Amino acid sequence: MLQTARPRKKSQPKAPVHEKYLEAFRWMLLTRTFEEKLASMYRGGRITGGVYVGKGQEAISVACGIFLQKGDIFAPLIRDQAGRSAFGEPLVDVARTYLGSRTGPMRGRDGNIHRGSPRDGQLAMISHLGAMVSVVVGSLMAKRGRGEKNFIGLTAIGEGGMQTGATHEGMNIAAVEHVPLVVVATNNHYAYSTPNDREFACANLVDRARGYGFEGYELDGTDLAQCLDVIGTAVKRARAGRPPQLVVASILRLAGHGEHDDFSYVTDDIRKEPFAIDCLQRTEAFIKERELADAATLQRWREEAAEEVENAFSAAQKEPVPNGEEEDWCAISTRDLVDEIE
Amino acid sequence: MSITYLEAIREAQAKLLRDDKRVFIYGQDVGGSFGGAFKATKGLAKEFPGRVLNTPISEDAMVGTAIGAALEGMRPIVEMQFADFSSIALNQILNNAGTHYWRTNVPIPITVRLPSGGTKGSGPFHSQSMESLYAHYPGLIVMTPATVEDAYTMLIDAVAIDDPVIYCEHKYLYYHLKADSLPNDRMPVGKARIARTGRDLTIVSYSAMLHESLSAAEEIAKEGFEIEVVDLRTVKPLDTAAVLASVARTGRLLAVGESFPWGGVTAEVIARVATEGFHLLDAAPARVNAKDTPIPYHPNLWSTHRPSSKVIAAKARKILRE
Repeated sequence: MLQTARPRKKSQPKAPVHEKYLEAFRWMLLTRTFEEKLASMYRGGRITGGVYVGKGQEAISVACGIFLQKGDIFAPLIRDQAGRSAFGEPLVDVARTYLGSRTGPMRGRDGNIHRGSPRDGQLAMISHLGAMVSVVVGSLMAKRGRGEKNFIGLTAIGEGGMQTGATHEGMNIAAVEHVPLVVVATNNHYAYSTPNDREFACANLVDRARGYGFEGYELDGTDLAQCLDVIGTAVKRARAGRPPQLVVASILRLAGHGEHDDFSYVTDDIRKEPFAIDCLQRTEAFIKERELADAATLQRWREEAAEEVENAFSAAQKEPVPNGEEEDWCAISTRDLVDEIE
Repeated sequence: MSITYLEAIREAQAKLLRDDKRVFIYGQDVGGSFGGAFKATKGLAKEFPGRVLNTPISEDAMVGTAIGAALEGMRPIVEMQFADFSSIALNQILNNAGTHYWRTNVPIPITVRLPSGGTKGSGPFHSQSMESLYAHYPGLIVMTPATVEDAYTMLIDAVAIDDPVIYCEHKYLYYHLKADSLPNDRMPVGKARIARTGRDLTIVSYSAMLHESLSAAEEIAKEGFEIEVVDLRTVKPLDTAAVLASVARTGRLLAVGESFPWGGVTAEVIARVATEGFHLLDAAPARVNAKDTPIPYHPNLWSTHRPSSKVIAAKARKILRE
C-alpha cells in the first residue's frame, strides 16, 4: 500500500540524562513499595499511631538525599523517606520505628517520621514545623568553627511549614550566619486540608528567597530530571560558599496528610493540574521512552524493592517491643541529677 | 575588693571561654563593645573574637542554633535578654532540647541564661520568673542561684553538664549582692544549702526570695523564734531529702517563691513534704508566691505583688502560732 510521504520533523537532540537518574528512580521505587506496605499494615491495624507517606513527593525527596555525603547534615521532614534512604537510613530502622522495636533508633519512645540518627547527620525532626531550620544552622556553624570543609546542610519544609515563625527566624539567621544551607520547600498545595489561598498571599513563595538573602529556584516536582538538576545545582552552590539556597517545588500530595485522612478535600480541578502527575509514573515512562532500562530490568528492580521491604519488616517484627515496667524513665543523661519523685 | 552577682556571671563566662574552646555565647546585643543589656558579657567579644556573637531578635532560632551546635560537640551559652522573652523559644527548649536525649539517646548540652525576676518599674514583660514552667517539663535542669558564689560556680557547672540547663539569674541580685572574692570551692549541683539554721520553722526558698526569707527570719528571731532557711539552689532536681531533713528538725514548713502561685516550685515542695513527710509536720504547711496577676509597673503595686520579707514574716508567724 502506497503511503504518502510526509516530511519528517528534524528530531531534537535529546537532553542527556542525569547520571543519578536511575539510582534516584530505584530509591523512589523502594520508597513507594515500602510506603504501600506501611499503609496496608496501618489499615490492617498493625501499626499504632499514624502513617505518613510521601506519595507524589518522591522525586523531590530523593534529590534532597542523593547529593549529600558523609559529613553533611540532613533534617528531613514528614514526606522524605526517599531522601532519608538515599542519604543512608537503613530501611529496617524505619520499620523498627513504625513497629516500636526496642532495638530501633527510637526504641518505641518516638514513632513514625520522628526519627533520626543525629550522630550520622540525620536529624530527628519534631512535629513543630520549621524548628529544624535553625538547628541545621547551628550544626553548620559548629562544623565551620572546627575547620571542616566542603560540608552542607539540607532541610525540607512544606508550604505549610513556610508560614511558621520558626521557619522565618531560621531562614533569616541562616543568611545572617552565611551557612551552606539548602532549604527545599515543597508546595503540595495543602497544609493538611487547607489550600494555598488560606496559607499565604504572596505571588510565589520563591520570592521570599530574595527577602531573606537566599538564592532561589523553582521547579516542577513531578519531573525527576528537574529535581536532580535544580536541587543538585543548589547543593553545589551551597558547597561552593554561595548564600543559602531556597528551592520551591510544586506537586500535589497524592495521599492524605496521614493514612487516617481520605483527602476528600482535594478538588477535582486540582487533580487535573500538571503538578498533580505522579512523579514515579512519569519517571518510569521516561525510562521506557528513552530506553534507559528494559522491561525485564524494571521488573527485577520492582521485585528487589519488594524483597527489601519484606526483609525490613520481617526483621523488625522479630524484635522485642518496649515494656513500661522495664523502661528506663529518665529524660536526662546526667544520672546523678535526676529528680527523684515518688 | 568585692565582686557582684552580675560580675560573677561575667567572670564565669570569661573562665569558660578561656578554658574550653567548645564554649561560645549567643544572644541579642552580647557582642561588639556593648556586652549585653546588663553587661554580663562586657569585654568578652573583644577578648574572645568570634565566640561572643550578636543574634537577630529571634529567640526561637537562637536556641535552635545552639541545639544544632551542641549536636556537633559545642557548649553554647544562650543569653536571653530577659527571661520573659524565652517564651518565644519555649518550643526549642521544651520540645527540641528537652526531648532529644529521651528520643535519640543523644543529649543536648546547652545552657540558657535567663535574667529573671522583678525589679522596680519593669512591668509585665521584663520581670517574670519562669523556673516553675521549665521545671514542669522533662529533660531540663533548672538552676536558681541565690548567692554570688553560686552564680559563679553553678554557671560553670551548667556548661559542663551534658543536658540542657536553664540558668535563672536574678536581676534584683545583679548589683545588690556582693562577695569578697570568687569562690575556690563549690557545692555539688542538685544539693540544697542550709542558709540559716533554726529549730522552729523551715522556710524553703531560692534565688532573690532567699534574701527576703532570711530578712524575715532575722525579724522573727527578735520574737524568740529560730527559723531555718533552706536555699534550694536548683529547683530541678529538687533536693527533697534536704527539705525533709530540715522539716524533721522544725516540724513546720513555709515555701517561698517569686513565680506565679498556680502550681510551681512552692507547690511542689509542699506536695513532696506532705507526701513523704506528713508525720514530720506539726502544723499545716503554707506557701508565699507572687500574686496571680501580671507583674505591675508601678513600684507601689510591684512591691505588693512580689513576696516581701514582711509578708513572709506574717505568714511564718501564723504557722508558728498553730
